[in-house]
Amino acid sequence: MSWTAVLALCAAAYALKAAGAFASSRGGTLASGRLDVLVVPVIAGLIAVQTFGADKALVVDERAAALLVAAVLIWRRTPLLIVALAAAGTAALLG
Amino acid sequence: MFDRLFRDALSIGLATGVYAVSFGVLSVAAGFSVAQTCVMSLVAFTGASQFMFVSVIGAGGSAAAALPPAILLAARNGIYALSLGSVLRRAGWRRALDAHLVIDESTAMALAQEEPAERRRGFLLTALAIFACWNLGTLAGALAGGVLGAPETYGLHAIFPAVFLALLVPQVRSREVLAAALAGAGIALLLVPAAPAGVPVMASALAALPLLVKRRAKVLA
Repeated sequence: MSWTAVLALCAAAYALKAAGAFASSRGGTLASGRLDVLVVPVIAGLIAVQTFGADKALVVDERAAALLVAAVLIWRRTPLLIVALAAAGTAALLG
Repeated sequence: MFDRLFRDALSIGLATGVYAVSFGVLSVAAGFSVAQTCVMSLVAFTGASQFMFVSVIGAGGSAAAALPPAILLAARNGIYALSLGSVLRRAGWRRALDAHLVIDESTAMALAQEEPAERRRGFLLTALAIFACWNLGTLAGALAGGVLGAPETYGLHAIFPAVFLALLVPQVRSREVLAAALAGAGIALLLVPAAPAGVPVMASALAALPLLVKRRAKVLA
């Protein structure tokens, strides 16, 4: 494979991060550290896609069961490591 | 030092490391050299995009076909960096270094903390744990090939949404934020069948608009 493609990916990935970082350091009302509300729906969207997305389709499979188990444990204030292991265990058993 | 935050960051790092082994295997199988594979993990340092990139090439696609979806998947890091304004260091080159560490996990871990100092620590510990594990795992996978088998066998694909949910819950402190989270998830799910990979999650940010408008009104009032 060509280095050009690899370096293009690297440059684009870093440029996107840097663009956001330097835009938010410019201050102003837009970025007075109050843009953290953007992250909540984006992470929620990420959870949804990681749980139900399969290429171009939506499916309910072992990942949904694992998230349900995780949700119950989170509600019971279980440590993160246990939540992660329980989710993996559930998915491995049902998958 | 070795408190809850440290343990959490390390566990996320280790889970990510196993995925990195798969990435290394897949990348070499797709025709990239070990050096190219490692450079991707070191410099691009954004998992989903890297997987997308080598998968498309591995399936016989050209670089021109592989770059757009990979870049779309990386674009949400820009949104994260935008919202981490106060967590990243201010000075030019330090901010440039910190920007490199902006990924899903470091962002979620930072914003799950209450105090500014803890936010910074959560961001840094998670990013460094993942950076170390991601790159070691990539090298191991690229050199050793598929010893472990697919991470899905161990249910590891289910770890990430579970961890993100755990990090999201402390941030949902009001009904409006809960509504934004649910709307974000809804927007993403609606777009999965229709939009290219990467777009659904980015579009979730639109659900924050009502909150932003409200805050802006407060600032101006």
